[in-house]
Amino acid sequence: MRIVCPFCGERELGEFTCLGDAKPLRPAAGASEDEVFDYVYLRDNIAGEASEHWYHGGGCRAWLKITRNTLTHEISSVEPAAGVGARQVAK
Amino acid sequence: MKYSIFSLARAAFSGHKNWQRTWRDASPKDRYDVVIIGGGGHGLATAWFLASEYGIRNVAVLEKGWIGSGNAGRNTTIIRSNYGLPGNTGFYELSMKLWERMEQDLNYNTMVSQRGVINLYHSDAQRDAYARRGNTMRINGIDAELLDLAAVKKMMPFLNFDNARFPVQGGLLQRRGGTARHDAVVWGYAHAASALGVDIIQNCEVTGFGRDANGKVTGVETSRGTIGAGKVGMAVAGSSSRVAAMAGLRLPIESHVLQAFVSEAIKPLIPNVMTFGAGHFYVSQSDKGGLVFGGDIDGYNSYAQRGNMPVMEDVCEGGMALMPMIGRVRLLRQWGGIMDMSMDGSPIIDKTPVDGLYLNAGWCYGGFKATPGSGLVFAHLLARDELHKEAARFRLDRFRRGAVIDEKGVGAQPNLH
Repeated sequence: MRIVCPFCGERELGEFTCLGDAKPLRPAAGASEDEVFDYVYLRDNIAGEASEHWYHGGGCRAWLKITRNTLTHEISSVEPAAGVGARQVAK
Repeated sequence: MKYSIFSLARAAFSGHKNWQRTWRDASPKDRYDVVIIGGGGHGLATAWFLASEYGIRNVAVLEKGWIGSGNAGRNTTIIRSNYGLPGNTGFYELSMKLWERMEQDLNYNTMVSQRGVINLYHSDAQRDAYARRGNTMRINGIDAELLDLAAVKKMMPFLNFDNARFPVQGGLLQRRGGTARHDAVVWGYAHAASALGVDIIQNCEVTGFGRDANGKVTGVETSRGTIGAGKVGMAVAGSSSRVAAMAGLRLPIESHVLQAFVSEAIKPLIPNVMTFGAGHFYVSQSDKGGLVFGGDIDGYNSYAQRGNMPVMEDVCEGGMALMPMIGRVRLLRQWGGIMDMSMDGSPIIDKTPVDGLYLNAGWCYGGFKATPGSGLVFAHLLARDELHKEAARFRLDRFRRGAVIDEKGVGAQPNLH
């Protein structure tokens, strides 16, 4: 796998770290135990196209949102994760 | 077909032309008492223990491809029971004891070789941690020896003892650990289970579960038709989430790819199974002479059964740190298997919230050594509807209860727990 970072261009996989599924959102403070359990432990573990958070630690250190097929490793899109970086790219 | 010195001699004198199939390639019947999904080591071992220990012989093992085509054929063949946490210690030792009698039990040569497993340590803190683990093992009746530098030098004089950053200081040795022939383990369980009447059904992919009005599982839908079942056991590590999803379950598991490697054959070098304590690298030498080794998972979710270059580089660097002289040895093959990474790094063997469906999953990258133990405790659960005492902590609900078994503190994503 090679990843085209929106800030740095195409880079090799070793520069990146995968955090996993981008879908789960941290429950609000005061959420029920069930919601927290679900967020921390349970996974959809998708076989197919999945949206993931990756960190470009060996480059610009930006968080990225990558759409990748877990059956083939094919990457269909890379965008900055929501935050300051994403706003810069949107300019 | 019973194997003995006489059957071997007979076959040899007839030019090895009269060997028979060692197990029956069965077609599905309408109904079984127990259907096991997954014809890997764990599924076949479960079927054999059901038939031999628990007297349940109307059993089918369903395999989507051919038996042993998943992780049973993709591991680094290491067997050991050097665990330190309650829950793991007893279970892996149960498994180790079953390895020691497997060939007699199954009447099959699984090439169990107790050549020893040594974990090298490279710092004072690591020595203390290994001493503690060794003591825990010995208190539980498992063999362990803490070797100092002189003893390691004597045993493995070829290691790099001049590594300034990670000097080898000694190692924790389990002499009863070692390796086994992974494919033979699959064939041996198939051989013995088939002889007791278990149907092994290949090219039979489960596509759904039959459920009655109360939600109880009544059987499975497969690519070879509907098969009724009193109970259904899942032993499909790597694909557990996908199969469980057919029954509406979400599991505390992520599927990750783990690579393994084998070098070209070289003369006998490594006398045991050895791990590098300052990185993640484990190696043994096969009877054919190849160095069989591996390291960490790639670190991203995958069902692709192949990995990427950064981990390959990292693993080979671990090997080079220990044995700089292997730098000129060529890599022969490399492959990937899909691991059920549970959230605490330990397996799950339990009933599921779906009546009639039982789960054997979450083996992370330690499933091979557990094969016989997993078969026994899963058969126990399926036959008796109660947890085996050596597997009583591998509960599905342990994450919710906070009773995780975090032996190494790693799961799919160590930063999340």
